[in-house]
Amino acid sequence: MFAYTIRRILMLIPVLIGMSLIVFFLIRAIPGDPAQIILGQQASKEAVAELRGSLGLDEPWYTQYFIYMKDLLTGDLGNSIRTHAPISEEIWPYFAATLELSLFAMIIAVVIGVNAGIISAWFQNSWFDYVAMLLALIGVSMPIFWLGLMEQWAFAVEWRMLPTSGRESILNPVDSITNLYIIDTIIQGRFDQLQTVLRHLILPGVALATIPMAIIARMTRSSMLEVMRSDYIRTARAKGLRMFWVVYKHSLKNAFIPVLTVIGLQMGLLLGGAILTETIFSWPGIGRYIYDAIGFRDYPVIQSGILVIALVFVTINLLVDLLYAAIDPRIKYQ
Amino acid sequence: MDAPVLDVKGLKTYFFTDDGEVPAVDNVDFHVKRGEVLGIVGESGCGKSVTSLSVMGLVPSPPGKIVGGEILYKGEDLTKATDRRMRQIRGNDIAMIFQEPMTSLNPVYRIGNQLIEAIRLHNSWNKKKAWNRAVEIMKLVGLPRAEELMDSYPHQLSGGMRQRVMIAMAMVCEPEVLIADEPTTALDVTIQAQILDLMKRLNKETDTSIIMITHDLGVVAEMCERIVVMYAGKVIEEADVQTIFKKPKHPYTVGLIQSVPDMRQKKDRLYSIPGTVPKPGSITQGCPFAPRCEHAFDRCITDTPQLEEQEDGSRVRCWLHDS
Repeated sequence: MFAYTIRRILMLIPVLIGMSLIVFFLIRAIPGDPAQIILGQQASKEAVAELRGSLGLDEPWYTQYFIYMKDLLTGDLGNSIRTHAPISEEIWPYFAATLELSLFAMIIAVVIGVNAGIISAWFQNSWFDYVAMLLALIGVSMPIFWLGLMEQWAFAVEWRMLPTSGRESILNPVDSITNLYIIDTIIQGRFDQLQTVLRHLILPGVALATIPMAIIARMTRSSMLEVMRSDYIRTARAKGLRMFWVVYKHSLKNAFIPVLTVIGLQMGLLLGGAILTETIFSWPGIGRYIYDAIGFRDYPVIQSGILVIALVFVTINLLVDLLYAAIDPRIKYQ
Repeated sequence: MDAPVLDVKGLKTYFFTDDGEVPAVDNVDFHVKRGEVLGIVGESGCGKSVTSLSVMGLVPSPPGKIVGGEILYKGEDLTKATDRRMRQIRGNDIAMIFQEPMTSLNPVYRIGNQLIEAIRLHNSWNKKKAWNRAVEIMKLVGLPRAEELMDSYPHQLSGGMRQRVMIAMAMVCEPEVLIADEPTTALDVTIQAQILDLMKRLNKETDTSIIMITHDLGVVAEMCERIVVMYAGKVIEEADVQTIFKKPKHPYTVGLIQSVPDMRQKKDRLYSIPGTVPKPGSITQGCPFAPRCEHAFDRCITDTPQLEEQEDGSRVRCWLHDS
């Protein structure tokens, strides 16, 4: 198991090199000169050429890539062309914002989705099953930006129950330590701020949770239905076990592997930054960060951002693979 | 002998499907006395398994439902028992083992966990005491290295060992009745013999009544004292084991016994009963076996025979043996 983990981590290296190459070339294939954008349309040719030189953009591509990789290995993601700040420092607050929102959304999606799926399978063809699966169908088909706008209109504008956007109250900003505001406010004992932070999380969290929740519910239901027909479930019932334990102990653990796969994939997608949702809710997340960088031809930021997302994606996949073995003893890694 | 532990009277279990109702078990009577081994024999699809699931209250519902009759366990009618009461009875008073040892244990929990769960469900014992009892019962069913096996997962065991675990799990709360649904069908012949020996020994040692459900007449001859033969959801013959093998009365029983290969005689072709078991409920008039019966006459097609008591104490549902 330990050797397997190490090997899987080593296998991340070629994946990330491949990823960095693809990103590197794709960005350079996009027309538009970053030096020109920085200096504006009125800039003289000499000034643009000089800036290109100082940014290293006049070097051949392999030299640019080589410098980039060398810096990467020392943890240097380069400086943003736009802000001149080191990206490795700049990116964390954005990523933390996305991480907090994604985890919040995923917890909602898993708790509701898994339980809805279980109850639907347990009481197959009941009214609960029909309603839950109809909602799940609506959930997967719903355009998220529209749901986000409707949420804002209903809960923030009409009923004034929750804030429309942002992560915190501007009048009472969080003193960030980790940039994960829930943790920050708890460490500092600022429970008034914790409440504000949580209130800001609800609307974007629910919007982001909708699709994963629906997919998880449907996957849990079909997986549970299959497991509940199996012989060992009959054995469990023949022992005299309550249906609740038959379902939540004997069935769920067996049915969970496909559900876990879906959770992993969806978590990866959420952490990749949901640009639409982050834009609608003015959420300062990684999706917004990269989106803004694209508009500015900020090559280093785009490259690093995508690389971070790729790293997160493969890490989650690795975690899911390791969790398989924890759930099902028949799965052994060589 | 004393009153039966389990007395099934006129049991009817129907399945309500899109194609109409299917009487999988139709008016079945049988009883088991204390310490007795009863065999229920028949081809696939004759209602043996549904009968046993009905006794356990585990008929998949919907579509299945017990629509008539009584299942008397020590005088208490289980068809009227509450869910809660049935859960107390299952595993504790009436236990069951199944045909497929390979898939009947939960693959993601350790053997010990599954055994201890069964024990603690019906006894308010602490973990230590339950653990000790689990090890004890594993040794009783002849599992070597019982302590080690407690920490194993089902996939680490062979089919024979898993069936021993299943038997251990069924016997752990010392049930009055053990229903064994084809317990040896999925096993190698040598393992079959071991499992049958084990069940016989447990029957002698603990005085547990066993209902042996099988299509294998060899198993029946080996194990049972009395035999119920089922066909198309009905009991068609009931007698003690000697009578059945020496003087089978119903043509179906005769056919079943003839179709067992005999090593002493070399035949070119094994005997088989022509045709297949009719779909339950497809024959509403006359004897359900009549279309396959060599001795059928006019009355068999028009009138439905009843289970009649014979002079030697056996019961037969056949117009040939109408008194």
